[in-house]
Amino acid sequence: MKPPAFKYVAASSVEEAVSVLAEHEGDAKVIAGGQSLVPMLNFRLLSPAVLVDLNRIAGLDGVEENEGGLRIGALTRHRVLETSPLVEARFPVLNAAMQYVAHLAIRNRGTIGGSLSHADPAAELPTMALLLDAEIEVQGSGERRSIPAAAFFDGALMTVLEEDEIVTEIRLPAPPADEGWAFQEFARRSGDFGIAGVGVTLGRSGKIVSSVRIALLGVGQTPLRAAAAEAVLVGETPDADVIGAAVEAARDAAEPEDDLHGSADYRRHLVGVLARRTIETAWRRASGEAAEETK
Amino acid sequence: MSETQRIALTVNGVRHEKDVEPRLLLADFLRETLGLTGTHLGCEHGVCGACTVLLNGDSVRSCLTFAAQLDGAEIETVESLGRVDQLNDLQQAFREHGALQCGFCTPGMLMTSIDLLNKYPLASDAEIREGLSGNLCRCTGYQHIVDALRAVVKARNGGAT
Repeated sequence: MKPPAFKYVAASSVEEAVSVLAEHEGDAKVIAGGQSLVPMLNFRLLSPAVLVDLNRIAGLDGVEENEGGLRIGALTRHRVLETSPLVEARFPVLNAAMQYVAHLAIRNRGTIGGSLSHADPAAELPTMALLLDAEIEVQGSGERRSIPAAAFFDGALMTVLEEDEIVTEIRLPAPPADEGWAFQEFARRSGDFGIAGVGVTLGRSGKIVSSVRIALLGVGQTPLRAAAAEAVLVGETPDADVIGAAVEAARDAAEPEDDLHGSADYRRHLVGVLARRTIETAWRRASGEAAEETK
Repeated sequence: MSETQRIALTVNGVRHEKDVEPRLLLADFLRETLGLTGTHLGCEHGVCGACTVLLNGDSVRSCLTFAAQLDGAEIETVESLGRVDQLNDLQQAFREHGALQCGFCTPGMLMTSIDLLNKYPLASDAEIREGLSGNLCRCTGYQHIVDALRAVVKARNGGAT
């Protein structure tokens, strides 16, 4: 269908965009890349009175070095993250995840701030934000605030953003040196939303796992941390028994539901398969091996 | 009708200045306002890829972009490629390899292919298939489209695969 009528405002600053949002008290929506919003408008699932366009705001995009980590402007396109040498060097797991994001024409427009605000639990960037312990910088009518990714998502397509708040920047803290990593996702067709996915970052000290984070995609109302699986691994040598126990814990951490694309049982099964592959791959990479991904 | 927005943009090298309703999709702007019906509109929610055009050189879904956002933009559509009696190399390859039947998806396939050729080495069929995976074709089974694109990659590399 065609979208319903709305008033269009091309904001020239974050302050202007926030003031339009505040004035319309929930009846205005922000448009950045529009790759999730415009389909919803075209389906008439949404009919805001006003669309506030962020695309003309200078300085809201870009990837910068920040104390060993990165600052990523909210308007940074997926294509920029996909090809950023800084991202590839600092956060190879994010680089790997970007290869799964939709299709080139979508990646050319879609933005990280938009993806986090849209908060689809089957999308890669919310999962990466959780995995990489991102701080999400937000501007509204009140004070700027910084929200950890773990507290940002509030259900499927829901966040803790107030109706006058806009995501302005994403900060990824410096990762430990020589961390291993892996991300794998299963979808029926390339570029589709994942039926399930698992991301892992893992530190190694000698023969033991010194630190590990595991995030699950597409198997809950939000991206999920598999904290119990992490606890199984830390301080242990990841032999077959330990990895088996971690995989079991990751399966238990999933909260999948049945839908057209797969049953809850199938999704839980996939989490187990993908958790095993990603934990093994991350361990090998942490060992300095030029790891072929476990398939 | 809500108040209109004045935009000035370039489409296929021609400058246009128009007043557009904010909700007017780029696809409808091209087809209805400018009469450029080469851009096809399939699903209207960004899935089928038929409406793909270039915005400042990057492929985008014209069904997911509003004309009102595009003041100062440069748009290229399938009409910017060759002419019927003088196809460009990509169009010629599509013709030679039978990479179209009904033709509905073809404008999107061509404009997507241009961006893929600009941005990726397309060294393998797997990479070509991955690149085209956001464009649906119900006729060809895709094989002939992959063949056409591979032929262009080869020719542009001076005959090397």
